[in-house]
Amino acid sequence: MNPETSPTFRYKTIDSIQGTLIFLKSIFNVSYEEIVNIYMPDGQVRKGQVLQADENATIVQVFEGTHSMERVETEVEFTKDVFRVGLSEQMIGRTMNGLGQPIDDLGPLFVEKRLPITGAPMNPVRRTNPEDFIETGLSVIDGLNSLVQGQKLPIFTLSGMPTSEVAASIAVNSRVLAEEQELDVIFVAMGITEREGRYFRLKFEEASGANIAFFSNYTMDSIVERILTPRVALTFAEYLAYEKDRNVLILLHDLLNYSEALREISSAREEFPGRRGYPGYLYTDLATIYERAGKVEGKPGSVTMIPIVTLPNDDITHPVPDLTGYITEGQLLMSRPHLKRDISPPMNPIPSLSRLMNEGIGVGKTREDHANLANQLFASYSRGMKLRQLASIAGEDSLNDRDRQYLKFADIFESKFINQGDTRRTIEETLTIGWETLTVIPKTDLNRISKKFIDKYYPTEA
Amino acid sequence: MPGIIKRIAGPVVFVYGLKKPKKNYIVEVGEEKLLGEIIQIRGDVSIIQVYEETSGLGIKEPVYAIDKPLTVRLGPGVMSTVYDGIQRPLDLLEGSFIGKGEKTSPLDLKKKWFFIPESNMTLGTKLQGGEILGRIQETETVENRILVPPNVHGELKELASEGKYVVSDNLARITNPSQDLELPFYHDWPVREPRPFKSRILSNKPFLTGQRILDFLYPLVEGGSAMIPGGFGTGKTVLNRTLAKFASTQIMQMTLCGERGNEAADALHSFLKLTDPTTGRLMIDRTSIIANTSNMPVAAREASIYMGVSIAEYYRDMGYTVSVMADSTSRWAEALREISGRLGEIPGEEGFPSYLPKLIGQFYERSGRCITLSGLEGSITIIGAVSPQGGDFSEPVTQYTMRFTTTLWALDTDLARSRHFPAISWRISYSQNVREIAEYLKKEVAPDWHEYRTRISTILQEEEELERIVRLIGKDTLSETQKGLLLTAELIREGFLQQNAFSDEDAFSSAQKSYRMAKAILLAHELIEERVQKEGLLVDPLYEEQLIEDIKRLKELNIDGIKEFTDQLPSRVKELKF
Repeated sequence: MNPETSPTFRYKTIDSIQGTLIFLKSIFNVSYEEIVNIYMPDGQVRKGQVLQADENATIVQVFEGTHSMERVETEVEFTKDVFRVGLSEQMIGRTMNGLGQPIDDLGPLFVEKRLPITGAPMNPVRRTNPEDFIETGLSVIDGLNSLVQGQKLPIFTLSGMPTSEVAASIAVNSRVLAEEQELDVIFVAMGITEREGRYFRLKFEEASGANIAFFSNYTMDSIVERILTPRVALTFAEYLAYEKDRNVLILLHDLLNYSEALREISSAREEFPGRRGYPGYLYTDLATIYERAGKVEGKPGSVTMIPIVTLPNDDITHPVPDLTGYITEGQLLMSRPHLKRDISPPMNPIPSLSRLMNEGIGVGKTREDHANLANQLFASYSRGMKLRQLASIAGEDSLNDRDRQYLKFADIFESKFINQGDTRRTIEETLTIGWETLTVIPKTDLNRISKKFIDKYYPTEA
Repeated sequence: MPGIIKRIAGPVVFVYGLKKPKKNYIVEVGEEKLLGEIIQIRGDVSIIQVYEETSGLGIKEPVYAIDKPLTVRLGPGVMSTVYDGIQRPLDLLEGSFIGKGEKTSPLDLKKKWFFIPESNMTLGTKLQGGEILGRIQETETVENRILVPPNVHGELKELASEGKYVVSDNLARITNPSQDLELPFYHDWPVREPRPFKSRILSNKPFLTGQRILDFLYPLVEGGSAMIPGGFGTGKTVLNRTLAKFASTQIMQMTLCGERGNEAADALHSFLKLTDPTTGRLMIDRTSIIANTSNMPVAAREASIYMGVSIAEYYRDMGYTVSVMADSTSRWAEALREISGRLGEIPGEEGFPSYLPKLIGQFYERSGRCITLSGLEGSITIIGAVSPQGGDFSEPVTQYTMRFTTTLWALDTDLARSRHFPAISWRISYSQNVREIAEYLKKEVAPDWHEYRTRISTILQEEEELERIVRLIGKDTLSETQKGLLLTAELIREGFLQQNAFSDEDAFSSAQKSYRMAKAILLAHELIEERVQKEGLLVDPLYEEQLIEDIKRLKELNIDGIKEFTDQLPSRVKELKF
């Protein structure tokens, strides 16, 4: 067979096998990022993707890994196509592997379209400003750091945190407020344990009303697949948003696992590392994931993203959260002291930030007093926290009566407003509870709220 | 004979057999004719960085040499257009997503412009590069002075008469012994080459930003260069936007390099609506934007910085004061690192190429005030945002940039966290331009301007030392005079340095207003100190006084209001009770 004319020519020219990579020589024709089929002597077939195209030094990363692979007899076939995922609206409510193939027992999917997973960059002049509120059901997010359609807002979590509970609750409970509009949720597991994955699937099954598509790449699965998983899921998200006019919320869990997979492949290629061994292109690579959130002119759909990043050793300056923070539009921070006080979710609103919040709240979106109220709660809680710190150094005796009211406010704000256990709250409920907590401090101190809102919304004595 | 692709690794492509390849010349890569630039030549192999996504590109595909370096097309229509890193007008690209191999003319080829030739231009004139042939009103605010390209000279044989033209029409014919040139209304310029000028001149004018802490404490000279390093969440974006809106400049060039797409969209949408406070015209009329967001091809991000500064030089050559805001230069440096890594170069610090400091220096050297080739005065002020990894200013890009810029506006995470905005640190920031602009400000603002600056700066410094003592042995050990100083420092921080970018009264503070505010605060300081020292007035209870609250709200008043307040100060301080 002539390798230049036959599309199904199989090369037996593997030169070396390193990590998840194979290096090939004497290749007549190969394209960058092309998909290959690898035929092993024992009949196994694996898939791979070209990382470097070169006549004498083609590098292929093998999705299933190179375990038990043999060098001389293994055959490689080039498919002349980049990686595509078969897409179908039926994926909602289904469980797929990291490459988008169903792995539940509900049968095959009817594939409507096959698209390359790389996705072209959105033209910035065609983007429209995110401005519609998403209700997650959690007061600490909805009230103080609101999520907006088309935003990318990561959760920075720590080891030992109930991350799965929080993520599952957001996935199950999130709604858009506009009538007759629904929110489709895509959950993407990247390198989390099978045990965590099982928890999510259970939660999603319990919430039978939720429209959730589940893409899973667990700890035991291939790290090459892990690089593709978020792109597969995002291609599906874009398909829903821009071809089916749907609003999509996509949760990616956990970007630290993803970045470690990227680092592993980079070091197998013997690339010069940047900080902490991560490749120099980590920023660009993460951006090609995060920047796929957004909204475009003339299309009603949207892609909203919540990436979850574990901070190693609680360190926010670690390259993965650091670069994430530079690309995303804010961050939600989990907090150890809040966990110790048994606050659920243990999230600290003070260092958290939603950059696009102001675009998505207020008249016609949530409620007219939302921005004022959030400002006041923020300022008062911040004051309470500072006094709590002072009291722990100098003793509570050093505080005056007014200071003590703020200490009490901080306690009540945490136990009543942030803490909500398993309940789902509407934005109305969140705002009402916010007002109630404020009754602990003097009414005259509410200087962040305009008088007309105080007159209208300040709780009357029960 | 085209070259043949040998290797593809991300944005870097190795090519065999290009005939007489020239470094930094452009090529068309593959069947889809993706734009690329030759960045290295090793024997028969040319190494090319490709400005578009290379996914699907195959070995053995052809590569065509184009006989010119990477250029920017300069002509009427550049102003108020949004380009990507390789000067494709984003507005004219099809669809919501950017496809591969799309080719679009940087300038509108159908638009008719009204050209008025210079009255003193007669046929037969001996012309040098950079001379002005005529004028076109490019936007409501900007008059495009049509120049002889810098590298062209000769005798004027023909010149278009007054009338309407498209950019490709004949502007002029110029001949010299070696050439006979038909010039259109535009010319191409190689982006990596600084445009020539007659001579550099010293500048004594400040680059005013309307931001008190910048203009008063760390002023930048027009034609100077400043850097803004800041971790994420320190308010870099808001500050950049505020500068773009209020800076004293005729032309603003914004290069959004590797930043957020939503941010670029928001900047663009707001410039389309906002009016320029000095001219009352739309901001977009005097703004040129390059948007190469973080997910757009990395090589184009590398080029975008040069594209931006070349556009700035084009308008400088017409005699304008121009500013370049590059956000973020760190992403540009990372693009260089990525490409360098793919070339297998031995890296310098933290994986960055060893030639990075040189390139950073050469970029900021394109700022300056100068006499243009046509004898006008023009200037370029460069403000570069830096995104230090982990907020750590010791990292290479921050450190290199510090050496080549004269002014440092450092954003501080702790200030941002305590909601002190703009979160510019007075501990770290500095300006090396104070002496240059002092005379100008003494004349234009007030003769004693400089003394107030020194006083403010000293009080902040003294506060820092007192704070150290308080932390060690408690506040009780301080004298009342020292407590008074701490009170004044708080007034300076909250009443003067903090500035609300979202308030109509406060977002912009003229140099005169800033001076008046400083004067009022320092007068209050002296008056209070006098009562403390002579009458034993206690400082702690003062914090609850309405007067203190009023001083913190001075920023909401106009200049007359501040003058009136200052006049009343002696009696108001006298009224303070024990």
